[in-house]
Amino acid sequence: MQDFAQEFSLALRLILTGDPDLWEIVLLSLQVSLTAVVIAAAIAMPLGAALAVLRFPGRRAVIVLINALMGLPPVVVGLLVYLSLSRSGPLGVLQLLYTPTAMIIAQVLLVAPIITALTRQTVETLDAEYAEQLRSLGVSRLASVPTLLWDGRLALLTALLAGFGRAIAEVGAVIMVGGNINHVTRVMTTTIALETSKGNLALALALGTILIALAITVTAAVSALVERGEGAEVRHA
Amino acid sequence: MRDFAPDMAMTFQAEGLRVGRNGVTLLNVDHLAIDGPGPTLILGPNGAGKSLLLRCLHGLVAPDAGRVLVDGAPCAEALRTRQAMVFQRPVLLRRSVQGNLDFVLRRRGVPRADRPARIAALLAEGGLAQKARQPARSLSGGEAQRLAILRAMATDPEVLFLDEPTSALDPSATQAIEALILDASRRGIRIVMVTHDIGQARRLGQDVVLMHGGRVVEHAPAARFFEAPETPIARRFLAGALVI
Ligand SMILES: Nc1ncnc2c1ncn2[C@@H]1O[C@H](COP(=O)(O)OP(=O)(O)OP(=O)(O)O)[C@@H](O)[C@H]1O
Ligand SMILES: [Mg+2]
Repeated sequence: MQDFAQEFSLALRLILTGDPDLWEIVLLSLQVSLTAVVIAAAIAMPLGAALAVLRFPGRRAVIVLINALMGLPPVVVGLLVYLSLSRSGPLGVLQLLYTPTAMIIAQVLLVAPIITALTRQTVETLDAEYAEQLRSLGVSRLASVPTLLWDGRLALLTALLAGFGRAIAEVGAVIMVGGNINHVTRVMTTTIALETSKGNLALALALGTILIALAITVTAAVSALVERGEGAEVRHA
Repeated sequence: MRDFAPDMAMTFQAEGLRVGRNGVTLLNVDHLAIDGPGPTLILGPNGAGKSLLLRCLHGLVAPDAGRVLVDGAPCAEALRTRQAMVFQRPVLLRRSVQGNLDFVLRRRGVPRADRPARIAALLAEGGLAQKARQPARSLSGGEAQRLAILRAMATDPEVLFLDEPTSALDPSATQAIEALILDASRRGIRIVMVTHDIGQARRLGQDVVLMHGGRVVEHAPAARFFEAPETPIARRFLAGALVI
């Protein structure tokens, strides 16, 4: 227990003194995960909205597939990205394995299904309410998508935060495709795993503390958004 | 007697209109012509098919059989932009009060610079000037209904379908909205309106359509309908004795 207290005070010192190694890892984590969420959103939001408003053959199958992808184990995603990017893989010539880009690709694959599913759900619910009114106003099905996205903005922001939460907390996939290389592809989760196994608890604890703080911030932001959304929903009918 | 601009407004003609769901016929209108000079008021008990008829006329529901002619031609998607409908349950966008009006003005191609003045005028007309920045969905029931009416008017339509537009309004707001409706009618806008308020039908109606069980039971000039209803159903309805 004494050891633990000692390690913890060391960890706090690392955070408070702005240890350059520590902050390099934190910044890379944020950079990788934020980039992944932005790219995933750019793909997933239009896709989710299209699935919500368009009717085409195979739509059900696509929805089932995306829901299945949502539960995909990260290590499987890691394996797939690894195989694609490895020297003999289809994308081997790009030489992306063990780079931050590889980690971004893995996280995009993990996050995009979540954002797609939540976007579809949000837009579909809103569409059920708006469809007739928008049609009455002469707005076509496709033209109603921006309106539905904008009016669902709180729920969509929540979806983005949920995606970010999954990306930043993920270990398995990024360690496989990033390789956890010092000063190159070390992010918070992979460093925690490595340093703990090496017995370097101070750095692991410091990163863990920051990760928890981030998780709490994201959760608080989500619930604040949801609350704000509900506040505006008060209806006297 | 009121004077209405004759022969200007868009006309509607329903022929052999049938709408069914799950084997039940909900709407069955052999012939209905809405081409008089003033507002057409639709009356009838709950579930009579009034809202459904409005949806068919507006082109939101495609009939299983029959057709709706607008100005003598089959009803087309493009026509709807010249019409506006206030639904029985107002659907307000998750935006501010002024944001809801801005949405339709923008769609109507009103230049950005002209919109604030138009919005302010509309809000003043509907007594919502103080609420411009409030989220529309936090309005009271009556305020929401007023905003829905203002938003429909903001589209500058040639036809206004109104489904019980004053059901949640207090007496003075009702009066104000009725004045707006009469004014619109005089300007040549076709008004087709559902109401449960017989006094309102008397005040506004040029002709009255009574619906029951999905059918048009009686369609007559308002004066004759209220003084000398022809059908037993109409007599029972006006006596308050008709229940579904
Ligand atoms: N999509 C639908 N599926 C099944 N039944 C429907 C559907 N739409 C309407 N109905 C039924 O059709 C009938 C007519 O509905 P409508 O909304 O036109 O009634 P209404 O005359 O406007 O009544 P109210 O005065 O209560 O507004 C009702 O019995 C309703 O339950
Ligand atoms: Mg109705």
